[in-house]
Amino acid sequence: MSLQEIILQQLINGLLIGSFYSLVALGYTMVYGIIKLLNFAHGDIYMVGAFVGFALLGVFSTAIGAGWLGIVAAMLCSMVLVGLLGVVIQRVAYRPLLKAPRLSILITAVGMSLVLYNFVMVLTNGEYKAFNTDLGFSGVSLGALYITYTQIVLVVATALLMLGLHWFINKTMYGKAMRAIAIDQDACRLMGINVNKTIALTFFVGSALAAAAGVMAGVYYGSIHFFMGFVIGLKAFTAAVIGGIGSIPGAMLGGLVLGLLEALGTQLPMVGSEWKDVFAFVILILLLVFKPTGILGKSEIERM
Amino acid sequence: MMTETILAIEQLETYYGKIHALKGISLEVKQGQIVTLLGSNGAGKSTTLRTISGLVPAGAGKVSFMGRDITKEEPHNIVSMGLIHVPEGRRIFKGLTVKENLELGSFTLKDDMERQKRIEHVFEIFPILEDRQKQDAGLLSGGEQQMLAIGRAMMTEPKLLLLDEPSMGLAPIIVREIMRIIKRLNEEGTTILLVEQNAKIALKLADYGYVLETGKIVMEGDGATLREDRSIVQAYLGA
Ligand SMILES: Nc1ncnc2c1ncn2[C@@H]1O[C@H](COP(=O)(O)OP(=O)(O)OP(=O)(O)O)[C@@H](O)[C@H]1O
Ligand SMILES: [Mg+2]
Repeated sequence: MSLQEIILQQLINGLLIGSFYSLVALGYTMVYGIIKLLNFAHGDIYMVGAFVGFALLGVFSTAIGAGWLGIVAAMLCSMVLVGLLGVVIQRVAYRPLLKAPRLSILITAVGMSLVLYNFVMVLTNGEYKAFNTDLGFSGVSLGALYITYTQIVLVVATALLMLGLHWFINKTMYGKAMRAIAIDQDACRLMGINVNKTIALTFFVGSALAAAAGVMAGVYYGSIHFFMGFVIGLKAFTAAVIGGIGSIPGAMLGGLVLGLLEALGTQLPMVGSEWKDVFAFVILILLLVFKPTGILGKSEIERM
Repeated sequence: MMTETILAIEQLETYYGKIHALKGISLEVKQGQIVTLLGSNGAGKSTTLRTISGLVPAGAGKVSFMGRDITKEEPHNIVSMGLIHVPEGRRIFKGLTVKENLELGSFTLKDDMERQKRIEHVFEIFPILEDRQKQDAGLLSGGEQQMLAIGRAMMTEPKLLLLDEPSMGLAPIIVREIMRIIKRLNEEGTTILLVEQNAKIALKLADYGYVLETGKIVMEGDGATLREDRSIVQAYLGA
């Protein structure tokens, strides 16, 4: 492979992994925007999404096979179930603490992360699970470059999910209410907005997107395990900060930027793929030093 | 004009932790009236409105709106009944557009055609908002923000409007404009409870007025009587 082809191959990998980061980062940023909580359990929600999708695909494959139809069905069902899980976690663990000191709810989120992580560990005996599908490896070749149809479909699917979210946030009344709650909760109450319901809806949407990413990651990597949420949780958080935490377009952009930089960074001389995570966090640190509000984040200065 | 009571407050008490902000207030607003609640800084005017709209819980006493007890009702349910509170400091959504602010004002409405119709009506009353509809609401001037706050409240077609110091921080000419609009809304059928520090301008509009001092009502009377009372105008000029 020529250098150009290697770079092109890495761009494709980066785009794909970056779009998983974006999907998970969206949940981080939406929840932060609306209740100023860094939801540390969010990476584990992604992991649970992958396992729920895995279990459902096992059930569906006998009826409709493990091709795209079965995968899409498993993904949609996983999104709904894990979305509801997000709502339940919000209701049980976070809502009672909304008026408590910030630290209490943060620690609760860490605790929630450990609960999910250990629950799935026990349930799966800590084993890797093969995410078997009937997709195969057919694809298109461009010179020495080979792109599978699976990769193409996954990129298109994440793009569709993000477009859908963009539409929801900007065009529907509940989407507008979510953005308004991030600005002024009491003013929202005075508009007749049910604030608790809207916060629950935000958790539903964020968790459903993470579940979608989890299932797609299972399809892409071919295996899943109970600790798969840990690193991606940190990466997605990094992506949300890079884009500007609280900003929805920022999370989309931040995920893609991080995925691409990581993929290209591994091609630098002396920087092998084992340095990928170091690379990601160096980017985070540099960004925090030079532009603490992120690429699309708003500055805290407000006109009175 | 009917003289049914639309809002009745009986012996209302409100606490912020240990601070006893309202110490048993009773007041009444009749259908079609403009009633004003006067008082100096910290008297408890905003607290009264916040307790009515459900933002802070009542410690004791009762609030009824159109004959229904709403003392323990959630704010969003109170809004659905047609009681709208425009809070102190306008509290518009900075970072959203002017149009999105208006749309959120009609959150409880499901019909998008009707929403558009009401936006047109607000634009007719406040043409400046139509020119600025796509702009970030945070970039409006103080007077324009107050117009947006009132326009946003009108989106529900309220039966009763609670206005908290709409004149605050505005130039006299803008204050006159706002007062003219409040009068127009009232003539179109909206009952109004107007909180003001500036007694002079509020009493020009009001049918009836109450004076609040450290959580208690110390005086009340119809607009004309209070207007004649030099001590009130002197004590609560709001200057
Ligand atoms: N959130 C709060 N927490 C604690 N005390 C409060 C709070 N809000 C108001 N208070 C207190 O309650 C009392 C009444 O305040 P309120 O804001 O109702 O007065 P106001 O008449 O609206 O005054 P102003 O004209 O300055 O707006 C004051 O003593 C105030 O310090
Ligand atoms: Mg006040």
